[in-house]
Amino acid sequence: MDSALIPRGVKRCPIWQFALGLGIVGIVLLWGVYAMLLCWFKGLNQTNMNDYYGFALWIWADLAVIALGGGAFFTGFLRYLIGKDELKNIINFAVVIGFICYSSALLILGMDVGQPLRSWFIFWHANVHSMLTEVAFCLSCYFAVLTIEYIPLILENRRINKVPFFHNLGHNMHEVMAIFAATGAFLSFFHQGSLGGVAGVLFGRPFAVREGVLIWPWTFFLFTWSAAAYGPCFTLLVTRITEIISGKKLVKENVILLLAKISGWMIGTYILAKIIDTWYWATVTAPARGFSLMDFYSNNSLYGIWILVLEIVVCGIVPAAILMTRTGRRNPTARLVAFVLGVIGVCLNRWVMVLQTMAVPVMTFDTWQLYYPSWQEVATTILPVAYGVILIMISFRYLPIFPQEAELNPIVTSDHPIEEFVSEQLPAVAAQDLSPAES
Amino acid sequence: MKQGHHPVKKYGMAIDLDKCTGCGACMVACMSENNVPFKEDESNKLDSITWMRVYKLTNGKAYPDTEICYLPRPCQHCEGHNGHAPCVSVCPATATDYDGETGIVSQIYTRCFGCRYCMAACPYHARYFNWWDPVWPDGMEKYLSPDVSPRMRGVVEKCSLCFHRYQQARDKAIFEGRSEVAEEEYQTACAQACPAGAITFGDLNNPKHAVHQMVQPDKKHGGRPKNPKAFRLLERLGTNPKIYYLSSREWVRRAGDNYLAGGSGKKAASHG
Repeated sequence: MDSALIPRGVKRCPIWQFALGLGIVGIVLLWGVYAMLLCWFKGLNQTNMNDYYGFALWIWADLAVIALGGGAFFTGFLRYLIGKDELKNIINFAVVIGFICYSSALLILGMDVGQPLRSWFIFWHANVHSMLTEVAFCLSCYFAVLTIEYIPLILENRRINKVPFFHNLGHNMHEVMAIFAATGAFLSFFHQGSLGGVAGVLFGRPFAVREGVLIWPWTFFLFTWSAAAYGPCFTLLVTRITEIISGKKLVKENVILLLAKISGWMIGTYILAKIIDTWYWATVTAPARGFSLMDFYSNNSLYGIWILVLEIVVCGIVPAAILMTRTGRRNPTARLVAFVLGVIGVCLNRWVMVLQTMAVPVMTFDTWQLYYPSWQEVATTILPVAYGVILIMISFRYLPIFPQEAELNPIVTSDHPIEEFVSEQLPAVAAQDLSPAES
Repeated sequence: MKQGHHPVKKYGMAIDLDKCTGCGACMVACMSENNVPFKEDESNKLDSITWMRVYKLTNGKAYPDTEICYLPRPCQHCEGHNGHAPCVSVCPATATDYDGETGIVSQIYTRCFGCRYCMAACPYHARYFNWWDPVWPDGMEKYLSPDVSPRMRGVVEKCSLCFHRYQQARDKAIFEGRSEVAEEEYQTACAQACPAGAITFGDLNNPKHAVHQMVQPDKKHGGRPKNPKAFRLLERLGTNPKIYYLSSREWVRRAGDNYLAGGSGKKAASHG
């Protein structure tokens, strides 16, 4: 029924199966939309946020999806600016994931503010001292860049591409994509950082505050670094999930190994910086404000020192060790474990910087406050996930997201025998698997 | 009235905790004066609005050594470093500002878009979000103060040191050809309502004002009090607040800030 829209040389599931999948995820999406409308029309009293938790699940989700979407800017940076040409085979998917993550972040922000119709005040009455102002400007600009990067992919759809105007537009956009990738990398470095700065500048909150350089606290640099490190993990994880669901290999091993290796080294160096930051904070920054490290990790039922160990050791050192070593990243199971741990690690870091910051009492006569989200918050946080799944489903079905898919999954037809295809293509595949990038 | 350079004011408070009985009159006066909305059920204090909140502190000792202290906590009107109060510097839409002429941290309700970053920044929990639209009991809207705008759902609010009273006093002074507002002309509702006289309000920069004489702020050291009985909340964070507390009890003064076990760090503003 929709075969004319499906890219050439690839096979897709029957339309009924696709529609069924869309329908199931669509129900989840509608649940989220219903909760979103409740929040918009009835107000934020629909949430379990309170005056101690002005920032809660949504801000965590916001920071988390932006960190996970960091795979887009960093892969683009590696592909277009550093010249890692192999990554052209995964950059499309990284852009799609980035687009989903950033549009989700904007949607969540739209729900999170008390007066959404006044959101433009952030641009009109901008306070240059506020990290959130920097976030708003860079986030909006980078989302525009991601949209520009996503459009040529849409224009590559078989039917759309037949229209000469769209064909030429897509071609010309591809020609100048390096400029947008560079712009996106620049913007992303800043807004990832300013999201870190959001917590780091809170000098009234000893748990979050950090020293730094000029106007930027250390968290500014740590957030950028961690997004660049863990973002590719998420790209690779979603790629693997897509491969499992579609039942076929979509990206060649050498591409995966290259990005995994870079991600591993980035995580390794980031974790080293994070350990130094934690040590300095625990021994200098916090004591100067009258707090010991354990003040932040005791006298409550959730936030124990385990959370620091989980973030740094289990979800930092372990995935770094797996991905930095040849044997580790070549083992598909270990590699997948590393991706999952990496994704958990960066999400945990964002959770701690948002939620634990709110939970820790600062006044001596104050107490720990814990929080659990309302169903409306949960539904609206799952909403972007459902939206992302749907966009990936549609993009995967109708757009040539994975350039190597056709080559890796030859279609057997009577007029195009598999033997002929294999004889033409396999040597190239084999050669690429042993490319110098990984050897 | 002569136009010219007016001395910069720094309005603040000295709250004598030895006098405070915890009666809550300051809270009631504040809510009434500033049209602070309330819920039908106010039992959940985490989402109710109390610009002035009275905390109950204990020395943690068992009977008969138990001691109690009540600590009223309005917005601390932090100056931070050069007016960069914790909340002011983070507000993305400049909806809260540090007034260099009065030292009052303002909140512009019509500009606030409810991101709540200021609430995350405030260690005193002095900022409140309007989780609901205000609903007044039938007929009560007739008793609202016409000088203070009620706030709508979705914006942050906090103590303004009854700024509307300052505006009225200043207008009166200008009308009468004076350039200065007298001490008694501008007093906050909580200070006037306190039956024990525990709250003293005035210009910390003016040596003639009682608040200055009680606190003796040290300009050379960021306004730290010279009075050994006086202290500020969380002095060592560098928020530089303008609300001072006085107590003759050591444990109460120590409750104002955090200390490492073993006393490795003496209180930043050690006064006793």
